[in-house]
Amino acid sequence: MSDFWIILTGSLVASCCAILGVFLVLRKMAMIGDAISHSVMPGIVIAFLLSGSRDSVLMMFAALAFGLLTTFLIQMFQQSGIQSDASIGVVFTALFAVGVVLVSLFARQVHLDQDAILYGEIAYVHWNIWELGGVNMGPRAVWLLGFTLMVIVAVISLFYKQFKLCAFDPALAAAIGIPVAIFHYLLMGLVSMATVSSFESVGAILVVGLLIIPASTAYLLTERLGMMIGLSIGVGIASTVLGYLAAKMLDASIAGCIVCAAGVLFALALLFSPSQGIVAKKLRLRKLAA
Amino acid sequence: MSLTKALSKPAGSTAAPSPLSVNGLTVAYQKKPVLRGVTFEINEGELIGVIGPNGAGKSTLMKAALGLIPSIGGEVLVYGKPYKEQRKLIGYVPQRESVDWDFPTNALDVVMMGRYGHLGWFRRPGAKEKAIALECLSKVGMADFADRQISQLSGGQQQRVFLARALAQDAKLYFMDEPFAGVDAATEKAIITLLQELKRQGKTVVVVHHDLATVQDYFDSVLLLNVELQAYGPTEQVFTQERLQQTYGGRLAFLDRSFQVPAADSGKGV
Repeated sequence: MSDFWIILTGSLVASCCAILGVFLVLRKMAMIGDAISHSVMPGIVIAFLLSGSRDSVLMMFAALAFGLLTTFLIQMFQQSGIQSDASIGVVFTALFAVGVVLVSLFARQVHLDQDAILYGEIAYVHWNIWELGGVNMGPRAVWLLGFTLMVIVAVISLFYKQFKLCAFDPALAAAIGIPVAIFHYLLMGLVSMATVSSFESVGAILVVGLLIIPASTAYLLTERLGMMIGLSIGVGIASTVLGYLAAKMLDASIAGCIVCAAGVLFALALLFSPSQGIVAKKLRLRKLAA
Repeated sequence: MSLTKALSKPAGSTAAPSPLSVNGLTVAYQKKPVLRGVTFEINEGELIGVIGPNGAGKSTLMKAALGLIPSIGGEVLVYGKPYKEQRKLIGYVPQRESVDWDFPTNALDVVMMGRYGHLGWFRRPGAKEKAIALECLSKVGMADFADRQISQLSGGQQQRVFLARALAQDAKLYFMDEPFAGVDAATEKAIITLLQELKRQGKTVVVVHHDLATVQDYFDSVLLLNVELQAYGPTEQVFTQERLQQTYGGRLAFLDRSFQVPAADSGKGV
């Protein structure tokens, strides 16, 4: 049974990240995803200290607040003339550091383990059960991630054309009256949500891998946006399954193996993609030369 | 955004409001003004060329008029009302380099984006939008490329897709930011035909243009810009060597009076 829950949890994480990752990659904001996943840390810790428990709702709001704060600060620094990569670096390391300090100061009294935050503990996901009126409802993480995935799917499908146009041509989007800034913050809010729902399972660092790698793999394999989202989810889930099997075989970190598997799939796509793969390009060149 | 200090226009705007009237528009990037006190009013149904050296604020003028960048003073009215209330009357063709042509989408899909403004918040583009988009693609001679991934199109073809998208916007006033930049002869011809067609339909088109050699052939009116408005009026009156020298600050070397070879700023003319 534990296999099932771990793979389900991993697949939910991968799906949440895969959908949002597509828009991050297309908007060339992969590193903002990285930044948010780190800078929600102080939010998580503060929520933890306030409630003394891993109350998911409070954590969700705290993470959202810090995710949006990160986005806002990065934007503000850029507009005041700081290089965009530098402003991302400044904001997320500083906020992450605040989180580290808070954990080291207070977390001795409450159970919040730095390793768990950074690397996740997906192996124990089926031990943390949500009980409703004495009834075993299954792992808490599955419910939390399922809810997050539903929100992401609902928001993205409702505003698909807006997200698409904002990613492709923000100038036209603004010219026809789409509130580009609101959709920017909406996307970043969703990324914050996905990060905080995922961090318990795969940790704050590896979640970035699941945001960026499957989306980048899908980018190599298709020329349609809808298809790219579908493939991204597929690659994410495949990474989860392959990664989990590898982890069991090697007795290694599950989250680590999942992201490694994603990396391997990316490398395969890079080499063998029919349209953009290195091998296909070489073959085409050879044909031309012959 | 709008400032009341703007000078009131001298009489002349009697009956129908102008498609675009700009009053004392000032835009600055980090304290350095890029546009200073620009005032003009265009006539309906004309093709208007916006001419000036690099850094003169041509694109900025367009973006500020569209509300894409904030202005620090002045007022822009589209058919007598603030831009925000008139979005559906306006079509926009950004510079081709402003988007990533590796985006996973095809030509038809890009043209359909021109309909998004008419669809409101929640409606998705459907069969009707697809038909409009196909029709617009054929108007620019690109119907055969509807399913083509946009990165596989040549620069000129990409430009034509952008024009088709603007057509799909079904506007009355068009802004085009350097549509002729770096395009092939076939595309240049397609754009000209399209501009003439739009004019025949009574539309007004404002075009940022680089190639001085073609200005007299293409545009009814010319707006000479170098941070401040240098001149605005019918092409034959405004497009003179004297005015151009003034606009380009003497950086323009003419070989002969007929503007055959623009030396400065264009490079791809001829």
